[in-house]
Amino acid sequence: MALGAYIGVSAALFALGLICIISRRNILYVLFGVEMILNAASINFAAFNRFNGGGLEGRVFVVFIIILAAAESAIALAIVLNVYHLMKTVKPSEADFLRE
Amino acid sequence: MDHPLTSLDWNLLLAVPAIPLAAFVVQIFFGRHLPRKGDWLPTAGMFVVMCITVRMLFVALGAAGHEPFFHESVHEGGPVFGWFYQAAEKADGLNLVAGVLYDGLGAAMLAVVGVVSFFVHLFSMGYMKGDRRYHIFFANISLFTFAMLGLVLSDNLLFLFIFWELMGLMSYLLIGHFSHDPDSPRIKQAAAACKKAFLTTRVGDTCLLFGMAMFYYHFQTFQFSEMWRLAAEEVARNGGEYPTWMTVAGLFVFGGTVGKSAQFPLHIWLPDAMEGPTPVSAMIHAATMVAAGVFLLGRTFPLLSPEVLQVVTVVGSVTALFAATIGCTINDIKGVLAYSTISQLGFMVAAIGTAGGAVGTVGIGLVAGLFHMVTHAFFKACLFLSAGSVIHGCHHEQDMRKMGGLRKKMPLTFTAMLICTLAIAGTPLFSGFYSKDKIIASAWEVVLGHGGWTGPFALVCLALAAMLTTFYMFRLIFMTFFGEPRDQHIHDHAHESPAPMVISLLALASLGLFGGKMWAMDGDVLGKHTWFESLTWHVDHETGETEQFLYPGIDLTQMNIASAAEARAHDPEHTAHIGHDAHTRALIVSLGVLLLGVIGAVLFYLLRKIDPARVTARLGRVYTTIANKYYIDEIVDGSVIRGTMVLSRTQTWIDENIVDGLVLLMGRIHKAFGFVCAWIDKNIVDGLVNLVAGVTQVCGSVVRMLQTGRIQQYVSFAVAGGILLAALHILS
Repeated sequence: MALGAYIGVSAALFALGLICIISRRNILYVLFGVEMILNAASINFAAFNRFNGGGLEGRVFVVFIIILAAAESAIALAIVLNVYHLMKTVKPSEADFLRE
Repeated sequence: MDHPLTSLDWNLLLAVPAIPLAAFVVQIFFGRHLPRKGDWLPTAGMFVVMCITVRMLFVALGAAGHEPFFHESVHEGGPVFGWFYQAAEKADGLNLVAGVLYDGLGAAMLAVVGVVSFFVHLFSMGYMKGDRRYHIFFANISLFTFAMLGLVLSDNLLFLFIFWELMGLMSYLLIGHFSHDPDSPRIKQAAAACKKAFLTTRVGDTCLLFGMAMFYYHFQTFQFSEMWRLAAEEVARNGGEYPTWMTVAGLFVFGGTVGKSAQFPLHIWLPDAMEGPTPVSAMIHAATMVAAGVFLLGRTFPLLSPEVLQVVTVVGSVTALFAATIGCTINDIKGVLAYSTISQLGFMVAAIGTAGGAVGTVGIGLVAGLFHMVTHAFFKACLFLSAGSVIHGCHHEQDMRKMGGLRKKMPLTFTAMLICTLAIAGTPLFSGFYSKDKIIASAWEVVLGHGGWTGPFALVCLALAAMLTTFYMFRLIFMTFFGEPRDQHIHDHAHESPAPMVISLLALASLGLFGGKMWAMDGDVLGKHTWFESLTWHVDHETGETEQFLYPGIDLTQMNIASAAEARAHDPEHTAHIGHDAHTRALIVSLGVLLLGVIGAVLFYLLRKIDPARVTARLGRVYTTIANKYYIDEIVDGSVIRGTMVLSRTQTWIDENIVDGLVLLMGRIHKAFGFVCAWIDKNIVDGLVNLVAGVTQVCGSVVRMLQTGRIQQYVSFAVAGGILLAALHILS
């Protein structure tokens, strides 16, 4: 398989994640979108690593991103819980006090 | 200098001013809480000081004889104090260094001040009893004594001046002692008197400061010995003549004497100073502070040109005579003594002035004047204290017309006062005789040597003044102690003073008798060798050669004293006998005026053969002029004080109208300018600021619309922006 295919999957995943972040009404879906974007980045790392000599660097980055994503989701879920406690909603369109 | 002072001697000399200073510090802070309000502390301190000064006087007398007794701590390893400023160009660093100068004159004066001060302290313990500010009084006289002792020991003009001013301040505080006592009947007079004394002496002090500045400008030193040496060099360089600037500076220095020693026309403060307590009058205004002016002349004598000495002679003679005439008309017992003091100070000043022209015996006037300062201190202090004792005994009555017949009530006071009256009159065997006789002799020598018109002038004035002195002093004695009591009430309550006062009186009276010469010990009644002379000059009675010890290494005959040797070479027959002649004639004159004065006083006031009222009526305007003190106070009031008042009123007018007008004008201009500025500020500057604020507000309200707080919208914007940037990148 050529590099283009990998990039294509990655780009699609990125686009889906972005749309998910922008359009979904539930904040949990927004988190899903973030995960998808991170995974798109991982695919890119793995692909470039493979077509660029096949060393360890890319794979290490992927592992790091997975760990990072796990940590990020944990913190994000904690924020979501707090937001829910505070505002009794998980809809990003209603949690608009950043405006203040 | 065969007998250098030991370090013990130096330390003792240093302790002399230190003890009263320490007593002052303790007394002013803790005096109120000490037993007896602490009067014993300064008095005991002064007793120690008296012992030290007398011991040091005997050291000086033991060393004196044929060599000058002259010690400067700066050159002999004694105590020296660096001043804050040292001129760089003086390599030896002696510039403005203060040390102790202990010479014959200093030794005599130090002993006089020590002894008189102790007895005045002792007297005050009785006289001031029950005073509201008893402890403050003792603190003040202690500090005064410190200043006077420091002045005598100063080896430079600057420190002399500092102590001089300190004495002026203490004089002010002590004259005004009763002005702080709300119960005192003369509170206003005391306040006015101390102010007058302070301001009048200030005129003289300012003159002295000018003189000091002129001498320092030329000599670059205040050290007396250096100044004498430099003055001698300056005169030698100028061909034996004093340069004009030295005459001017000398006159300024003499101005200091005129102020401090109450010489005409600045004498007006001294009679008023009698508002102070009597011990203060005795110590400050008779024995010590007013003598400081004469002491200053003694210290600066080589700096005074012959022209200055002529002025000194005239001023002294005028003062002596005119104060003596006033003394005859005063009825206040202290007032008589005050004018007597002015008159006697005139004698001393005139004597120092005549030293310049006397050809028979070199420097006789100088020594006579300084000697009279010493003897006068003894008998005048005693006279004042006796007067104080009389006032105390008569319950603060000072008017002699209400006294009379007190001889039996106060026998010891009477004895003391009689002895001192005989001394001031110049009766042989009494101390005043030895000094006053020499003053007249000095004037005679000027007359016989044809030393200008000042000689006869001084001689006539001084002889008349001496006669009047005898007259008014015996008038005082007769009015106070003899005759019938004029006020029975006062007489009935009069009593002899307590022991401390009487002891002081008798001690000072014995000094008034023997202070000039201990004739009882060697039988030399005419006084060719007095103790003071052995300290200050040497006369060889075989050859008539004289040598002064006051200014070692300075030949005054090359400066401001007429040289007997030169005159002798010029006319040997005549000059050789001048000295001898002058002494004989002086003796005749002084005994003659003494007799005349006594006879006059006896006729007027003891036997009452002549009624004083008739004589005063005959004298008419002359008498009223004298009785009103020659209207000097009125003249000063009319000229100086009025003048000052007119000047100050003019200045007030200028201040209120011109200066204030200018200030107000400036104020108005500024106010108008301020209005313009305010308009610009309000309309233009504020408008600009508001414009900026408005624009910012409008922008803000537009931009605020984008700020929804919806996170997804922000992300959309970011994505759109990213896409836009990418599109631009691709397209370009």
